Amino acid sequence: MKKQNLKAWLYLLPAIAFLGVFMVYPLFDVVIYSLEEGYNSASQSFFGVGLYNFSYVLHDPYFLQAVKNTLILVVITVPVSTGLALLISLGLNSIKTLKNLYQTVYFLPYVTNTLAVGLVFMILFKKTAYSDGLINLLINFFGGRSVDFIGGPYWAKMMVMCIYTVWIVLPFKILILTGSLASVNQDYYNAAKIDGTSKWRTFWRITLPLISPMLFYLIITGFIGAFKAYSDAVALFGVDLNAAGMNTIVGYVYDMLYGNSGGYPSYASAAALILFSIVFTITCVNLRTRKRLQF
Amino acid sequence: MKIVLEHVTKRYPNRNRKIKTEVIAASDLNFEIPDGQLIGLLGPSGCGKSTTLNLISGLEPPTEGRIYFGETDVTDLPPEKRGVGLVFQNYALYPHLTALQNIMFPLQNLKGENRPSKQQMEERAVETAKLVQIDQLLERRPKEMSGGQQQRVAIARALVKRPGVLLLDEPLSNLDARLRLQTREEIRRIQRETGITTVFVTHDQEEAMSISDSIVVMKDGAVHQIGKPQNVYDDPVNLFVAKFLGTPPINVFTGEVKNGSLSIGEEAVLRVPGAPDGEVSVGIRPEGFVPDENGAFGCGLDRVEIMGRDTSVVFTHPLMENEQGRAVISAELAAGLSGDKVRFSLKPNKTHLFGPDGERIRFDI
Ligand SMILES: Nc1ncnc2c1ncn2[C@@H]1O[C@H](COP(=O)(O)OP(=O)(O)OP(=O)(O)O)[C@@H](O)[C@H]1O
Ligand SMILES: [Mg+2]
Repeated sequence: MKKQNLKAWLYLLPAIAFLGVFMVYPLFDVVIYSLEEGYNSASQSFFGVGLYNFSYVLHDPYFLQAVKNTLILVVITVPVSTGLALLISLGLNSIKTLKNLYQTVYFLPYVTNTLAVGLVFMILFKKTAYSDGLINLLINFFGGRSVDFIGGPYWAKMMVMCIYTVWIVLPFKILILTGSLASVNQDYYNAAKIDGTSKWRTFWRITLPLISPMLFYLIITGFIGAFKAYSDAVALFGVDLNAAGMNTIVGYVYDMLYGNSGGYPSYASAAALILFSIVFTITCVNLRTRKRLQF
Repeated sequence: MKIVLEHVTKRYPNRNRKIKTEVIAASDLNFEIPDGQLIGLLGPSGCGKSTTLNLISGLEPPTEGRIYFGETDVTDLPPEKRGVGLVFQNYALYPHLTALQNIMFPLQNLKGENRPSKQQMEERAVETAKLVQIDQLLERRPKEMSGGQQQRVAIARALVKRPGVLLLDEPLSNLDARLRLQTREEIRRIQRETGITTVFVTHDQEEAMSISDSIVVMKDGAVHQIGKPQNVYDDPVNLFVAKFLGTPPINVFTGEVKNGSLSIGEEAVLRVPGAPDGEVSVGIRPEGFVPDENGAFGCGLDRVEIMGRDTSVVFTHPLMENEQGRAVISAELAAGLSGDKVRFSLKPNKTHLFGPDGERIRFDI
């Protein structure tokens, strides 16, 4: 038994070494940075130790804006994308002809570069003094007035951002869900059919519980992914996200390190730790509910 | 409720598009299952047993032919309107529901006036659970139960709606030998108590023979013989049926009929009046051999095996299909056997002749 354990640890050693160097050590470093007040990266010196960095970040309006943006993004895109993916997967699962074609079509965005998709979104939604994007042409066609989705009001930008995020994360979720739907044993459905179970009840009482582990997986990874959103915002609104008012928490961290206002690793570390604690808490809550609901 | 199949055929298109022929899973099935009987549907793997069951349950529509329950034509009725209970080969219990919830599930589907109150549902579920003796385990999930217990939950779920027809698809195939014996008796008891017309699918001939009122022997989608188990065993219509039924299996030799006398090799072993002259396959049941010093049939003696109350003689013969044959005899007669030769006389009612096409050739006993 002891020997077995030793062997197991030996097998895990390379992974542990890598994790130690690239995860645990930087994590400690981040904690240390976040506690060093007035750190100067040029002279590598600092005044003192304390929680001032956290206090600064938490009072920084840019950070608060980033938190607000990120939260809106999480709260809207995770349920919407998961629900939409479920609907599409159910549809895909029930059609017979051209199923593979549709599956490929739905998966294409996943293999397309985020920035390229961002460009397409910009073209679709943009409005300049001279020309309107496709969406605005549609709005005009139905009698509405053009909106500048990329450089206009906050709600418009947020909407584009949400649609874009949903679009980006959808293919992977569809892939996973069609897979898990197809793997549900057909006998359950036959049994339900013999017993005269309605379609609706079959879905709620059989399909949903049977794919719930995958659904939970998608929700948890969805939360984590949405909290870490950054490149999506850049793809749509460019690098100066603070000016656009569309910054995310990760974007804020990046800006603090390298952006115009860069050179503040301590603030960046503090913000990163705040993000970490939010994601960590939510994941724990998720895992808990999952355990409670699991069969 | 009586079940009637009339010229029922099921064809599947071939998956491989290059092959134009279709898969015939059931071809021209014609039989009637009398009300309240337990029928064993028997045949080797892939012979169309599950297909037949699916046709009766309505999960698959027949390509041709009609199916009647009692006097009603149910061919075009969807499964839920036919009032059947089906126990799947792998039970298909909902893994996230407890035994009680599984059993109640069909009742919760009922609508309108038929729908019992919550309390009635629970009462009926518990009542059915008592019938299959799992009322102690109602709070367990399927994975917390043994194979036999799961199987009984599956039966209870099929029975709770009080169906007119109960269909069981190889329900015992996942169980160990002892549990299998026990559970098949259980199924027999439940069937007797409820009086539900039951179709029981299996590829195990012993299982089918032991509990069925009648057996239907199938091969390659076609029915070969129908009848009481003992009758089918004693009087098989062809070589396939003869070989398929019986443990130890029937011993098959090549022989020849000439002037009403059957010879295997040089020896004339049996009078077979009425049989036409020609080459035949001779099937002799293990209990058809009687050791006899002056017997007509000589074989090589390999060994004598005593297993429990059975004594079997393992013998060899150059014209036998298999390398070794088996004769089951009484212990007293076995005592006299020694050396490497043994002579038998044959029981005419345990000896069957089959033509080159496998069809039975009858002779006067
Ligand atoms: N959906 C299908 N499409 C094509 N062929 C099928 C289909 N279902 C069954 N078959 C074929 O029909 C034949 C009968 O199948 P069936 O499942 O009824 O066999 P079975 O007697 O139940 O065998 P087992 O004892 O292995 O369960 C097989 O040759 C099978 O390959
Ligand atoms: Mg089968």
